[in-house]
Amino acid sequence: MKILVCISNVPDTTAKINFTSDNTAFDKNGVQFVINPWDEYALTRAIELKEAKGGSVTVLNVGEADTEPNIRKALAIGADDAIRVNAHPKDAFFVAQQIAAVAKENSYDIILMGRESIDYNGFQVHNMVGEILGIPSITPAFKLDLIDDATARLEREIEGGKEVVEVKLPFVASAQQPMSEPRIPNMRGIMTARTKPLKVVEPSGAEAKSAYVSFSKPEKKGGVKLVDADNAAELITLLRNEAKVL
Amino acid sequence: MSVLVFVEGLNGEIKKSSLEAASYGSQVAQTLGTSATAVAMGDISQNALAKLGEQGISKVLYDADEKLEKFVAEAYVKVIAKAAEQENAKVLVFAHSNIGAAVGSRLAVRLNGSLATNVTTLPKTDGAFTVTRSVFSGKAFAEVELTSDVKIIAVQKNNFEVSQNAGTTATVENLSADVTDADLTTAPKETVMQETGGGVLLQEAAIVVSGGRGLKGPENWHLIEDLARELGAATACSKPVADMDWRPHHEHVGQTGITVSPNLYIAIGISGAIQHLAGVNSSKVIVVINKDAEAPFFKAADYGIVGDAFEVVPKLIEAAKALDK
Ligand SMILES: Cc1cc2nc3c(=O)[nH]c(=O)nc-3n(C[C@H](O)[C@H](O)[C@H](O)COP(=O)(O)OP(=O)(O)OC[C@H]3O[C@@H](n4cnc5c(N)ncnc54)[C@H](O)[C@@H]3O)c2cc1C
Ligand SMILES: Nc1ncnc2c1ncn2[C@@H]1O[C@H](COP(=O)(O)O)[C@@H](O)[C@H]1O
Repeated sequence: MKILVCISNVPDTTAKINFTSDNTAFDKNGVQFVINPWDEYALTRAIELKEAKGGSVTVLNVGEADTEPNIRKALAIGADDAIRVNAHPKDAFFVAQQIAAVAKENSYDIILMGRESIDYNGFQVHNMVGEILGIPSITPAFKLDLIDDATARLEREIEGGKEVVEVKLPFVASAQQPMSEPRIPNMRGIMTARTKPLKVVEPSGAEAKSAYVSFSKPEKKGGVKLVDADNAAELITLLRNEAKVL
Repeated sequence: MSVLVFVEGLNGEIKKSSLEAASYGSQVAQTLGTSATAVAMGDISQNALAKLGEQGISKVLYDADEKLEKFVAEAYVKVIAKAAEQENAKVLVFAHSNIGAAVGSRLAVRLNGSLATNVTTLPKTDGAFTVTRSVFSGKAFAEVELTSDVKIIAVQKNNFEVSQNAGTTATVENLSADVTDADLTTAPKETVMQETGGGVLLQEAAIVVSGGRGLKGPENWHLIEDLARELGAATACSKPVADMDWRPHHEHVGQTGITVSPNLYIAIGISGAIQHLAGVNSSKVIVVINKDAEAPFFKAADYGIVGDAFEVVPKLIEAAKALDK
């Protein structure tokens, strides 16, 4: 079983979100980057499947050299090898093209991703990769099991419920909790990760189809208006007459 | 050239998020001096389809194939692509739902189009075609230019009014995309719908009442449920509450759970950890009820009560009962 796990490199969830002075780019200054939390569910599930059935787990990131610490972290958690496509991820379509190009070259049985990347919150790349490769994309899945060497069973979230899907390999799926319990790398993992292969490849010439023009932040809230606990009913009145949400 | 809106159904009706998308689509069509067509399939009544006229849709293309009753991405993509071709659609509009965003992404590749998801504004069309989308879990907005000839937009839920031109109806025409077994390899074996308290879908709800660990145990959830019922709200919870099995996981809101963007989010006994806020940042009005005045959630709140949920919530329920609805 050959599994490809795509990880994106995102600001830590507690990071302050700021933009450069002309508001055209995210300000990385002082921000710690982590593996996209949803991708950790994909990664651990891939490792669990490998442990149960044999095979290999490759991690893939489309990013510049500064993403390597998190690629190494994925190796420390238990992936076997890694590929970095050396490019700034311009938009979802650009990234999907790069992932598809790697997948075409190596024919994986399963391509796993996260539900969405928490920076640009696209919910796009997985389905685009599925379409480019002409294979199913099951998104967002919260359960993934193998029925046999050729078939998997997934549970996918739809608004208001879930669907059980059986699908032939190969396919793309995106993960969300509780697909697996993300792992913390142990000492041995960290040591071996240093020597695991991390291949850097150049992007194949795909263009982006969208361009970020500028960023802005929501207007600051005016601060909380407190209602006295003894007079709680007043809150309902305010919500109707002042906030006009009831 | 026209604007094409994909609408999703549930129990014969059209989902609220799709009505919002239809309203959005017809406004875009107006700006571009063209008309808006909807494409639909599955479990939607003819009556509901015709009523899309109220949202400004002039024509609905409906594929009545019963194989489309359940969501199958490949098959849905085929139907929408056929409709897009027939209508020469240059702008396609979806709800940013699990289904809408999935189908929209695959179509972006198939139709060689530009895609923006989580969109919060109407497009600017003077010169470049740009939209604003919510990014960084609601902590920022980005203006994005869509550079391809075909533009695909998935609109954030609860962000656009459902327009109501009462009495206007759309014409409903049949469309057949000749879906075959080959398009149905990922057809669901089983679909399980959840009990939605009061029938309000959490992801679409205009009001959400949410409980945290401060409620002490599942036996106290009647407080959340009663208040939600009185307000016509959906219920939600924090992650630990779902982890402890007080509530099902599909109610857990936050960075690792569901993202909601209601008009009103009422958080009761929730501390307001940043991972929780990531799922509720886009709510328009946030109300926090917490006995600890220092709880971080108050910083993100518009209204708050510092007090014990067990004393405050019953009063809110009484006050909500007294509202004329
Ligand atoms: C990687 C990661 C991802 C996470 N993802 C999520 C997520 O998606 N969603 C999420 O919710 N959390 C998430 N968490 C957990 C998050 O950090 C918090 O631990 C969690 O949100 C706390 O839940 P809580 O507010 O219900 O409980 P607590 O933090 O225990 O807060 C309980 C609150 O109730 C108040 N209280 C107690 N008694 C009363 C009373 N009688 N009346 C009124 N108020 C009372 C207390 O003052 C307190 O503020 C994540 C954490 C990590 C590390
Ligand atoms: N730059 C990237 N490199 C590798 N994988 C990515 C990248 N960006 C996104 N992905 C994957 O695609 C998923 C969905 O991302 P998105 O469409 O950006 O929300 C993520 O959870 C990742 O698994």
